[in-house]
Parts: sequence; C-alpha cells; structure tokens
Amino acid sequence: MRSKLVVTMLSSLVGALLISSEVRAEDYPSTYAPLQSKPTLITHATILTGTGERLDDASLLIADGKVVFVGQGEAPANVTTIDAGGRWVTPGLIDVHSHLGVYASPNVNANSDGNEMTNPATPNVWAEHSVWPQDPGFSRALAGGVTSLQVLPGSGNLIGGRGVTLKNVYSNSYQGMKFPGAPYGMKMACGENPKRVYGERKQLPSTRMGNMAAYRAEWIEAQQYIDDWAAYEVKLADKKDDAEAPKRDLRLETLAGVLNGEIIVHMHCYRADEMLTILDMAKEFNYRVGTFHHGVEAYKIADQLAENDVCGALWADWWGFKMEAYDGIQENIALVDRPQGSCAIVHSDSAEGIQRLNQEAAKAMSSGNRAGLNIPPERAIAWITSNAAKSLGIENQTGSLEAGKMADVVIWNGNPFSVYARADHVYIDGALVYDRENPELQPVSDFELGQLQGVSK
Amino acid sequence: MKSLNGLLIAVLATFSLAVQADAIMIRGANVHTMTGDGLLENTDVFISGGKIQRIGKDLPVPQDDVYVFNANGKPLTPGFFAGITSIGITEVSAVEESTDSSLALQEMRPEFDVAPAYNPNSTLIPVTRIEGFSFTLLDANPQGSIFGGQGQMVMLDGGYESFIGNPVLFISVGRNASSLSGGSRAAQWMLLNQAMQEADSPPASTESALLTRAGRGTLSAYANSGKVVFNVDRASDILETLRFAEKYGIDLVISGGREAWMVATQLAAAKVPVLLDPLANLPSSFDSLGSRLDNAAILQAAGVVVAISGADSHNARKQRQLAGNAVSYGLPHEAGIAALTSNPASIFGVAEQQGTIQTDKPANVVLWSGDPLDVTSAAEIVVINGQLIPMESRQTKLRDRYFPENPEMPRAYIKPQNGK
Repeated sequence: MRSKLVVTMLSSLVGALLISSEVRAEDYPSTYAPLQSKPTLITHATILTGTGERLDDASLLIADGKVVFVGQGEAPANVTTIDAGGRWVTPGLIDVHSHLGVYASPNVNANSDGNEMTNPATPNVWAEHSVWPQDPGFSRALAGGVTSLQVLPGSGNLIGGRGVTLKNVYSNSYQGMKFPGAPYGMKMACGENPKRVYGERKQLPSTRMGNMAAYRAEWIEAQQYIDDWAAYEVKLADKKDDAEAPKRDLRLETLAGVLNGEIIVHMHCYRADEMLTILDMAKEFNYRVGTFHHGVEAYKIADQLAENDVCGALWADWWGFKMEAYDGIQENIALVDRPQGSCAIVHSDSAEGIQRLNQEAAKAMSSGNRAGLNIPPERAIAWITSNAAKSLGIENQTGSLEAGKMADVVIWNGNPFSVYARADHVYIDGALVYDRENPELQPVSDFELGQLQGVSK
Repeated sequence: MKSLNGLLIAVLATFSLAVQADAIMIRGANVHTMTGDGLLENTDVFISGGKIQRIGKDLPVPQDDVYVFNANGKPLTPGFFAGITSIGITEVSAVEESTDSSLALQEMRPEFDVAPAYNPNSTLIPVTRIEGFSFTLLDANPQGSIFGGQGQMVMLDGGYESFIGNPVLFISVGRNASSLSGGSRAAQWMLLNQAMQEADSPPASTESALLTRAGRGTLSAYANSGKVVFNVDRASDILETLRFAEKYGIDLVISGGREAWMVATQLAAAKVPVLLDPLANLPSSFDSLGSRLDNAAILQAAGVVVAISGADSHNARKQRQLAGNAVSYGLPHEAGIAALTSNPASIFGVAEQQGTIQTDKPANVVLWSGDPLDVTSAAEIVVINGQLIPMESRQTKLRDRYFPENPEMPRAYIKPQNGK
C-alpha cells in the first residue's frame, strides 16, 4: 500500500532529504572530521580481520583515514612503520549498547539524562540531546579499544527514543562525535521495566499484555501519519488547492522512520517468548527488529533469531538481577552464534563493561568452547566488531579490516582474548588517538582536569 | 550430551562415583599453597576425611577407595573468596520477597544480623562454587541507616550450618550515608560518636537514644573484639575512619576504598586491610574522583593487606577477572591469588578453614584448567570443606537442556540429571 512517493516523502520525515523539491539539511548534523593522520604500516602482526580471518605475520597499511591493504602490499616511501612483533591487531571495537554521556560520571542526579520516564512512549526524544561530551567514561572506553559506540536511551519506556552512534573522539559537542552517515537507532523495551515504572503509577502498561497493546497503538498512529503525508503528497503533485501539510509530529516522525526502514529498532528484551511475540508484532506492522538487546534467554531461540536476521546483543555472564534475567547462562552468546546466518554481539550497557569488551568476548568464547563448540578468536572477534557494525548499520564503513574501510584499528599487547590484554595503540580514521606508552596521547575530560590537587592524573 | 567435549564428559561422569569415595588424590599439580611454602610444582595433594592429609611428591595411595585425578601440572589453589555478597540471602535482586540483605528501617540497629536468613538451597551457591569459589562474607547493606548490621563468613558447600568465623559489623560513611544523617557527612561522625558513647553508658532518658538495648550490647561487643567493616571511599573519610577506629579500639577493615591509594602509608601504619574492586576506575561520585586501576598494586606495595570484593552476588564468579585485572595493572600475580584466598581468610579470622593449602587443614582446593586469574580458564575440580563438588548448577542444566539441536519432544522433557 505504500508507494514510491511515500518512500520519498518519508526520507524527509527522518530529516534526510526532500520536502516538495526543497533540499533540507540533515538536522543536528555531524560535524565530526577525522583527526590528522599519517600513513602507517603495521608489520609482523597477528591480524584478526573481523571477517572471520586470522592472518599471521601480516601487514596492515592505513593512509588517509582508510585501510589500504591487509596482508601484504606496497607501502609508500614516507610511511611510518610499526613492527608489531607478533602483537595482535583487530578492528576498533564497537559497543552497540552504551549510556556514556547520558548517564555520565560522576553519577549524580544532574548528570542523569538517559531515560525520559514521563510517558511510556517517547519516540520524540533523542539520546544525543542528552549526551555530555565531557563524560570521563569516553576516555576509559578508548583505552579499552572502543572506537565507535551507540548511545541509547534507557529502558523505562516501551519506546525510549532515538539512539545515536558516535565516534569515540572527544569534542566540544556530540555533533563533533556523531558518526557520519550512521542511521538512527530507536530504543524499545519489553517486559519488566516499562510495566513496573508505569504500573506503579497505576497507568498503562502494568502488564506484559499492556506493553503489547501500547506498542501496537503507537504503530497504528504511525501508519496513519504516513498515510496522511502520502495523501498530502498526492494532492500536492496534483496541484490541488486544498493540499495542506499534516502537522509535523516528532513522535510519529521517528516511528514512521522505523516503518520506512530508515531507523533501526534496538529492542531491550530478556525472555525468549517475549522476543518471539515482538517478532510477530514486527510482521503485523511490517518493520524489522534490528537487534534484541540483553536477551538473557536468546539461547532458547537462537535458530529463530538467525532465521529472522535479528542480532542478539548480549552479556557474557550477567543474570539474576531480576526475574526475566533468571535463566541466564554463560553459553548464551556462543549458542546464539551457532546457527548459520547468526549475528551474536557482546554489548556492555555499562561504563565498566565497555572498557573490557575483549574480556567479555573471551569469557563467552571460552564458555562456548568448554561446552563443545569450536569458536576460534577470528570468529569471536566479530562479536565486538563486524557484527556490532551490522547491528548499527555501519558495516560498510567500519567493523572490519578491509581495503577502503575506515582505519579504526587496535594494536593489542598480545592476544586480546585474555584478562591481561591491553590496547597499546588505538587509531580512529587512521589517527592515533590513544597510545598506552605516551600520556600525551591519552585524553582527559574537562571534568577530571585539576581534581585532587593534580595527584591522580 | 554427545556434543560436549571429552573433558567435560569425563569430569561430569566422575561425580556419582567421587561423592562416594572417601579420599581424593590430586597428582602432579602446581600447588599454590599460599603459605610460606610458596608454589610447589608437580606436587601431589591427598585429601581424606575432609582434610588435606599429605602434600608431597609421588605420594603413595594409602587406601582402596581413592579417587585419583591427574593434574598434569595444572594450577591448584585454595578455594577462592567470592567477596562480600548476598549469596544465599538473595535469589532474584528485583524480587523483594526473595531478598533479605538489608534492614530498611530509619533507625540504628547494629544488632541486625543477616545470618538467620541464609538459605543454602539458593541457586546462587552452585552457580558460584563451580567456578572455584569456596567462601563468601554475607553482607548487611545499610538501607536507611549508617549501620548495615552484621554478616558472617559462610562456606559454599551447601550446608545449613556452614558459617565460619565470627560475625562482622558493617558501617557506611561518606556519600552513601549522608542522606541518612541529616544531609551532612560530618553528622555521621557525630551520630557514630553518640552511638559509641551509648554503648559505653546507656543514656539517662530513652527519648534521645539512638540505640536499642540490644544495639548497645552489639556495639559494646565490637568495641572489645570483632571486625568492623567500614564502607568508605574518599581519602579524607578514610583518614577520619582511622581516627575513629583508634579512638574506640575498633578492629577495622576498609571496604570500597576507591581513594585508599592516596592514604596507603597511613593504612599500612595502622595495619588496616582494604577490600576493593580493581575495575573501579571512573570518578563515579565525588567520593571517588581518585579511582584508578592500580589501587591494589599501590596499596600492596605500601604493605597494606588487600582483598578483592566487587562483583555482584549473582556474578561473584567475576571476582577472578577482577583479580586478573589488578595483576594486569601491577599487582604481582601471586598477590592477586592471595587477594582471593589467604588475605580475606586472615582478615576475617577464618584462616583455619580457608585460604591456604596446608596439611591437617579442611580441604578447600580448586584445580584450574589454566591461569586461575585469566578469563579463559575455568575450575575443573572443586573441593569445599572436604567434599568434592558436583560441577552442576541450574545454569549448567539449562545449558544441557538447550544444547541439543532440534529435539523431537519439547525441551521440558530434557531433564539433565545430577551426576550424569
């Protein structure tokens, strides 16, 4: 029922393109620009490409912010050469579920901007408008090799609002961190949180069936909004005098962006049965769930997740903190990874966890291997790189070491799948933005400057 | 079960037999004794009657009914400390009726003691112990009072009477408690001083009393003997805590200690140990601006006894990862193991039962697949209080239920059995 015309119109709704032939600039556009870099050749490295390959004693050339070659090739004369001496090299890590900036450190009420819990559906709020770019957490994540991250609203609401994907480079504004060209995400939440938050206020939803009724009502409104705009566009095209544009509605604009396929759904959901119900709802309203987040029971429906091309962004070992997290097992990620076409991801949802995605992946890989699965590091690295990029819709730009992709690269002091692994160098778009041996290349947020009479930093 | 690897099958298959065996021989392990004997390579440990009977090379097998494990040089350590947790006191954190770790009264009730609520049938106990953890300190959270109340060490063998050592008292000062004391942390010291004076001599009028008669008795007892754990992070608050403890003769342990490294010299001089979370490196509050990853390393180098405590109750198994990270940031490896074994055992007076591998001592040992502090290794054999622990939990059963692909019947018919 939706015409090509509607699709064109919807592009404008998500702030991307045209309304009636007028070019409208992207709202709140990215001002991120790669930092200065020089051509760098990394030699004698153990490279995990993120595409499932492991290359031993291999080289990687990065120049002009991009990967030039992986493996072997010709390097220009002016290149800076780093002999990795067998150290491991991976794509920059990507966290699909962070609240850095919106629940910043210090964790005081004034910095608590992640969850607009005043209405069960707030698709009109954008997490980026809460991001405090001076969160000290960004620097800690960088030391852990994280080069990109999605900042999401919290899970108190059924529909929490838009998420934003950032490059992990300090800036005076979130726009200066905003990943160029990354699609928006929209946070939704299943289960206990929304029904608890609003049930305690004696309002919808107070039950899981209430959750479903409320989501469905939102989608019905969004469909109507799309239809209203389509009718307007038809009248406009026919030069009808009574063509009157519907009132712009931020809530419905975001929901329409999802139905149009331009905004990716990131759905907080723990229980297997609820995830399957949500997949049916996606069929009812003809949209796609991009990624289930947390999915403590995802292992129970690993096949269905793969069949539906839905990613599972999961923890290695969290469980038991609430009823819907009671069935957590340490093999969850490995079992979600097992079917053909799967998309398993290690996410953090934590300012501590984002610093150690490699250790979380190592735990998940080891648990899977002890259970009899055969998961080598070159496969597990995808959980924190290329699969995460796919979840965010940035897989054509980053997440793997392939010629032409962004030079987001980590040189580790050894095998990253170890508690003792440390990032030695982190490159973002080819620029060296973290060097473990060089304090000058370790960023410090404004907040931390000059604290404690200068003794700590 | 076909798809499980050989090792797992072998280990699983042993339990129904091993539980019946009276004695266990672990051959050829690298034994981290955590005593003056240090690391004993390629050494045998013989366990019988619940105790470590002999440690040495090429030990004879003195009786028939002995279960023999070949360690092939793998590390054997004492059972690990799960930290200060609510294991057995909480089942599902957000399900209020399944949690008993705090007294939500706006009163000072140091006499509150969580031990009677301990439930050894909690699923958290198998989940935690099969990862190599043999003991934990039950927490009493302050919720409404500066005094959290009392907790106690418990062994994770699943017994109803597995408490060891004496109860300890928990007190919180600083940021977390300022809302409980009229909005100022200065008032916390005013109230704590008043409470100590009441313990010494009851107030004439009950109208102004902070404590009940039982509370006065409890505080009075802790002033004479017994450990008091102060949850405190900020450097200046830690120093104030040291002064307070000295004034009343309190046997002090610092927990949290985010900025403890800044006052390491004073802590060492006062011989006050610190329990800390080595992953805490964010300025998460104004009490912890000095948080850093080498807190443990700095304290240890200054001569402070350090133990690890920082993982959540459900995920207490993460304690190993915490210690591994402390080692990654400068703590010597053996000190990292000590921070999970001998140090917490000696701090809380349970060194007779836990924390070392010594002859004539109750057997609490773990054989590891590799480096016990690395995230890629796992416990292979766990002995707690002399008993060989089945490597099973509700989580392993869920795993085994969902591991087979495309079962004919609903998975509710797949019931992984004990010891099979």
